[in-house]
Amino acid sequence: MAYQVPRPKLTFAEKIYLPTVLAGLRITLGHLWRMLRGKTHVCMQYPEEKWDSHLPEHYRGAPTLVSDEYGRTRCVACQLCEFICPPRAIRIKPGEIPTDDKFAKVEKYPEQFQIDMIRCIYCGLCEEVCPEQAIFLKKQYAITGTSRAVMMHQKAKLIEMGGIQQGVVNKWNEKK
Amino acid sequence: MNAIFHAICQYLSEPLPFMIWTTLAKSAGLLCVVLGMVSYTVYAERRVSSLMQDRLGPNRTGFPISVVGSWLGQKNWKDWSPILGGLGQPIADALKLLLKEDFTPAYVKKFYYWIAPGLGIAAAIIALAVIPFGSSIAGVPMVIANIDIGPLFIFAISSLGVYGIVLAGWSANSKYPFLGAIRSTSQLISYELALGLSVVPLFLIIGKLNLVEIVNYQVQNGWMILPGITAGKLPSLQQALCWIPVLISFLVFTIAMFAETNRLPFDLPEAETELVGGYHTEYSSMKFALFFLGEYTAMITGSSFIVTLFLGGWHCPFIPDGSQHWWWGLVNIGVFFTKVFAFLVFFIFIRWTLPRFRYDQLMKLGWIWLFEIALVNIFLTALIVAFVH
Repeated sequence: MAYQVPRPKLTFAEKIYLPTVLAGLRITLGHLWRMLRGKTHVCMQYPEEKWDSHLPEHYRGAPTLVSDEYGRTRCVACQLCEFICPPRAIRIKPGEIPTDDKFAKVEKYPEQFQIDMIRCIYCGLCEEVCPEQAIFLKKQYAITGTSRAVMMHQKAKLIEMGGIQQGVVNKWNEKK
Repeated sequence: MNAIFHAICQYLSEPLPFMIWTTLAKSAGLLCVVLGMVSYTVYAERRVSSLMQDRLGPNRTGFPISVVGSWLGQKNWKDWSPILGGLGQPIADALKLLLKEDFTPAYVKKFYYWIAPGLGIAAAIIALAVIPFGSSIAGVPMVIANIDIGPLFIFAISSLGVYGIVLAGWSANSKYPFLGAIRSTSQLISYELALGLSVVPLFLIIGKLNLVEIVNYQVQNGWMILPGITAGKLPSLQQALCWIPVLISFLVFTIAMFAETNRLPFDLPEAETELVGGYHTEYSSMKFALFFLGEYTAMITGSSFIVTLFLGGWHCPFIPDGSQHWWWGLVNIGVFFTKVFAFLVFFIFIRWTLPRFRYDQLMKLGWIWLFEIALVNIFLTALIVAFVH
């Protein structure tokens, strides 16, 4: 059976529509006037004002390689991050640490470590999978470049961005 | 050399050459002013809409004024650059549109596809020719073509603008532009009637069809929507009674003008949310920009027409006309364009306030309400004019 949609009974003022137009204009012009007096809080003026100091602790920015308190890059070139990376942005070439080195028992280090920031989706799986807590997503978010080569973050750049970070993985420290 | 210069001056001050070069100069001047106004109306539209929506809008591209604004900010004054900056935006937009790739799809009907954008803007610009945009400067009347059928000319030419839309929609060979074109045609037919009929009361009252004469009548008897007051004397009984039909016709005319210029709440030919982009979906770069410019030029033409008919044209109380001194003529032109701009801002306010009409509501409004109101209004005016003296 056909259902008759109940239509609202409109008053004469609503039917001729013009008072509604004036009511609408009152709202929009009110907004305009508040804006012109600077009473409205508007969006951030990005390059001058930044959100940086308000970024939450868990913010996922660009992935970086961190170093431990001895300045050693924590990465042991296990290639788990390369394996897990969904967009396959990470490329690692492992190298062997010479036996006379202080950290000889670590055995491996990344000879080359590159992250393609055009591919990276900032998912944070590399950070999560890393057994050495060597890769962290820091708070840098404005990753731009004028060429593909610039967007290809190499090991030196990643280490520079990562800085020193102390963590719970202390197995390579003789004294702990 | 001096003799040649003298001879040229002599020749140019003869009646026919004088008329020709002043007309050319007026056309060029008006075109420059109107096109400048078009680009800044687009800018005003963007800024006003953003301010209404609690945003800032384009506020970066105005180099000189942004610099002044930030300088004021350094002096610990109020930094106006977010408000004033961005005045260079129209120039940047024009450059972008000119330099973009002009892409013509393979499946379009090329000839009509190419002439459609021009038709839209040409109609709007040609209609400006009969608008008196000032009183006179050094005896030269500030109207390009002083013809006795001004309003008829404007109606005839401005409704040609729909050909631009129809041809664009049809030649694009694609469904959304086609739907936009169909909507546009039916909308124009529905509102042209109300538009034409709603101004007939004015002609009944004034008794002239020459726009210059219409403005002169308003200079002597007060603006059509403010009778008597602006002329400094009380209106006669007839004028006072005629004020009611004039107000009605002003209302109907303004609404029909909104529909005629495809502005919200009547922008069904474009209807971004329903028809992708409407009739100009298949257009790119400067051809698209021409539609855009045509739309805004039509807005300016419409506003100047309303200002000329109802708001006293170039007349402002206590400001003499150009026969007193030539710079009063310039002031009159300024007054005219100020009024036009005020009306354009009103257009913009309405656009960002009202939602779009549904199609059947649009048709009902045009055929059942505006058309009938305009028709009854004519008889009402005729009765007043005939029986009240």
